[in-house]
Amino acid sequence: MKQNSVVSLKDINFKYSNEVILNNISLDIYDKEFITLLGPSGCGKTTTLRIIAGFETPQSGEVYFEGEKVNDVPPHKRSVNTVFQKYALFPHLNVYDNVAFGLKLKKMPKSEIEKAVKQMLAVVDLKGYEKRPVRSLSGGQQQRVAIARALVCDPKVVLLDEPLGALDLKLRKDMQIELKQLQQKTQKTFVYVTHDQEEALTMSDRVCVMNNGVIAQVGTPEDIYNEPANAFVADFIGEANIINGIMLEDCKVRLLGVDLDCVDNGFEKNQPVDVVIRPEDVEVTAPDQAKLNGVVEDVIFKGVHFEISVKCNNCLWLIHSTVAQKVGDTIGMRIDPYNIHIMEKMFLNPTNDIITDVYYSDKENNTTTILLEGVEVTIPDAYFEEGKKIKIVLPPEALYIAGDGVGHLDEVYIESVIWKGEHNEIILESDERKWIMQSDIDEQVATYVPLCFDFGKAEISEV
Amino acid sequence: MKKLSSKIYFIIIMAFLYLPIIYLIAYSFNDGKTSVWKGFTLKWYTALFNDAQIMNSLYNTLIIAVLASVIATILGTAAAIGIYNFKGGVRSAIQNVSNFPIINPEIVTGVSLMLLFTFAGVMMGFEMGFWTVLLAHIGFCTPYVILNVTPRIRQMDPALYEAALDLGCSPVQAFFKVVLHELMPGIFSGFLISFTYSLDDFVITYFTRGSRFQTLPVQIYTMTHQRINPKANALSALLFIVIIAVLIISNLASRRKSKEAAR
Amino acid sequence: MKSKRPAIPYLGWMLVFTIVPLLMVIYFAFTDERGQFSLEPFKNASVYSEVFLYSLGIALISTVICLVLAYPLAYSVSRCSQRAQSTIIMLLMVPMWMNFLLRIYAWVLILQNYGPLDMILNLFGVDVTLIGNSGAVIVGMVYEFLPFMILPIHAVMTKIEPSLIEAAQDLGCNGFHVFTKVIFPLSVPGVISGVTMVFVPTASTFLVAQYLGGTQFMIGDVIERVFQSDHNTGSAIAVVLMIVILGFLVVMNRFGDKEAVAG
Repeated sequence: MKQNSVVSLKDINFKYSNEVILNNISLDIYDKEFITLLGPSGCGKTTTLRIIAGFETPQSGEVYFEGEKVNDVPPHKRSVNTVFQKYALFPHLNVYDNVAFGLKLKKMPKSEIEKAVKQMLAVVDLKGYEKRPVRSLSGGQQQRVAIARALVCDPKVVLLDEPLGALDLKLRKDMQIELKQLQQKTQKTFVYVTHDQEEALTMSDRVCVMNNGVIAQVGTPEDIYNEPANAFVADFIGEANIINGIMLEDCKVRLLGVDLDCVDNGFEKNQPVDVVIRPEDVEVTAPDQAKLNGVVEDVIFKGVHFEISVKCNNCLWLIHSTVAQKVGDTIGMRIDPYNIHIMEKMFLNPTNDIITDVYYSDKENNTTTILLEGVEVTIPDAYFEEGKKIKIVLPPEALYIAGDGVGHLDEVYIESVIWKGEHNEIILESDERKWIMQSDIDEQVATYVPLCFDFGKAEISEV
Repeated sequence: MKKLSSKIYFIIIMAFLYLPIIYLIAYSFNDGKTSVWKGFTLKWYTALFNDAQIMNSLYNTLIIAVLASVIATILGTAAAIGIYNFKGGVRSAIQNVSNFPIINPEIVTGVSLMLLFTFAGVMMGFEMGFWTVLLAHIGFCTPYVILNVTPRIRQMDPALYEAALDLGCSPVQAFFKVVLHELMPGIFSGFLISFTYSLDDFVITYFTRGSRFQTLPVQIYTMTHQRINPKANALSALLFIVIIAVLIISNLASRRKSKEAAR
Repeated sequence: MKSKRPAIPYLGWMLVFTIVPLLMVIYFAFTDERGQFSLEPFKNASVYSEVFLYSLGIALISTVICLVLAYPLAYSVSRCSQRAQSTIIMLLMVPMWMNFLLRIYAWVLILQNYGPLDMILNLFGVDVTLIGNSGAVIVGMVYEFLPFMILPIHAVMTKIEPSLIEAAQDLGCNGFHVFTKVIFPLSVPGVISGVTMVFVPTASTFLVAQYLGGTQFMIGDVIERVFQSDHNTGSAIAVVLMIVILGFLVVMNRFGDKEAVAG
């Protein structure tokens, strides 16, 4: 497949004033495909697009266009065109002049420009709008002008930066289909950026899921949905029950105290894993016909199916079923082995171990102070001699986000927030390391928060 | 203004603002030099038009205003774009220095420029006159252009510039084909403010004009300083008519424009 | 569009025409005629400290009068219909476009002995000299700068959302309380900018006192006179004036910021 890749990104790193936006990204974009960069805001998808367009230059790594390195080629000399988020139509020009803008710069003969513009306006269903000022158009019409303006230049690759974001739901759905048809008709490569997973799955040949400046998974929509690479992808694409499990042996996983058969192997014995089960893959049975039992907490009719919340061993499950259940009833939940997806934990140190020297200690007040990333952190009700090496084991529930804004570590980055049935599992990144935290509150990913430790829940020992 | 009291108050303030001007204009038709009415005449107007010095001052004022505002507009627009691309502390430091002529008392700006031009003149062998006045006017006009253009830059969607590059413009082409249109309202109002301030400036011109160069405001000073001069009344009347005419024309133009926009 | 380079010509310009002249004034303020460091200029300047205080006093009184006259007018104008407001604002601005010396000259004609006002007062048997005193200077200042007080206050008042007033009424405010608890606090930024726009030019103006104040000069006039013969003392006075004005602006700014935070 290497031969027909139009755009190739190799080991791209991009920082913006010391903040890592893209961390070693490599991606091949093939000719004539519709590829979507999908991810939450702040994941680096728009930056990736802007690097392809030439608006940003990566600090390291190469951008290839049809095999040629284009890092230093300015945007106006690249054979790519962009459809901007809020269209970026030139307000002082009418529809015709907006679409003809790029062709005029190419010094094409006037008659040819006219022919090309007319043709393109017909393609996007805007025949007869030539003389209209762009401000007088509706959002959907402006969108079409923006698409026509990019396509008329006949670029190899069309870049689309959340182009449907400003439209209302109904129009959005229509435009999704239209864009897909347009891509097939024009046989161009479309690189599409969105945070809407449904949009990505509907339109794309391939989806590239991004998170925190890295690519989490690339694949066809089916692959991404059915075989998510990790808990983040599973959580972001569609709905999923993500539960902590332990791999007992090949094809056997322990989940909420119940041993289940699965089809995955190759894990270590007793390795903690994330178990992903799609809500539609849970079959509701009589309690005695399934290993997992739960109590129905809530039933919502969603048009095609019922969305059922079931409490099972303190863990809230989401089940899609065509049959309604009664709230308060106990039901059985059966899952076929091949519908149980086992994945490696995204975070391997579940107890946030800190091994460090005692920096300062105070016998009188019974406290010990350590240096954590250059900040003095005092542990109350614990005394260890100065200079001794100690190990602090902080379970995820010992971490919390300071409500008053003053934490032990300020400016800690929220990398991911995943609902694990009972509580959120939040992965945080400070200057030197990552932390895992448990919380009942939903936090916004890609933001900075002050992090606090509750040493009362910690286990501290000398080593 | 529904209440009678506020209506009356409004009329009193308007009378306070307008009666002196009306009085000034009325006495431009008085056939006599004192405040006693001696009959209608147009002789002060004839005298005004026949005064070569005044006509020359008018000419100087217009030339200076046109040149200063055009140069200040170009200099200020470029500066506004450049300054916008500086970051944080450096940018606000530059802006503070740039705004200094606006907040500094005019007379201090005037004497400081006089010092500069006197000493530069001694060193390089020139005398204050047309050129020094022009430089001084560009100096106090440019900050106003920057103040008017900068908000337009801030409001402009940066994607417009990028879209132009994306469609094949070089950075310079993108500026002239797209950015300039977006900044135009700010550039235009900066130009207008510069033009009117330059036309009306007395203090800074007074200190930088040397001994011979005259502009209309300086001419008005020599005409009215410690004496009564009915020619000044005639000049006031003419200026007032010009002001009213300009306001009416610009008002009609903007009304037509907003009507067009509504359509 | 992303380059800092367009600012380079203006950065050079600011260096030559803003920073260097300022440094020259400071240099002259601290040297004697032979170019030696000296505090003599400030000692000489201290002769004019009374004039200085007098100028600040005139500025203060004029500012207060302007505020008292302007506030109710700005308030009642802000409650008019959109169309009426734009017409009234236009009417307020027309006199500002007239040359400021001609407007002062108009008051010379009105207040002069045997002028119209003098004659009317004589009819009632009141015999006072209207011109050549502080009162005449204050009248001139108020006339000159009243619109500078009305416009910013009005601008802020029109930005007060009607829903805020409705909310206050809804929560039980009567008309008086709506004013004291909502409208006045929200109009403070306008008052602050109006006060600055009136106080700074009145304190530093030059010529108004020469036209209307008789022998009592203001600090601007003193700077001009002294500069003709003695650059050093003139510079020293200019430096003091500049420091006082800039200090005033800083204080007003702080005050404004605090208000903005509190509001």
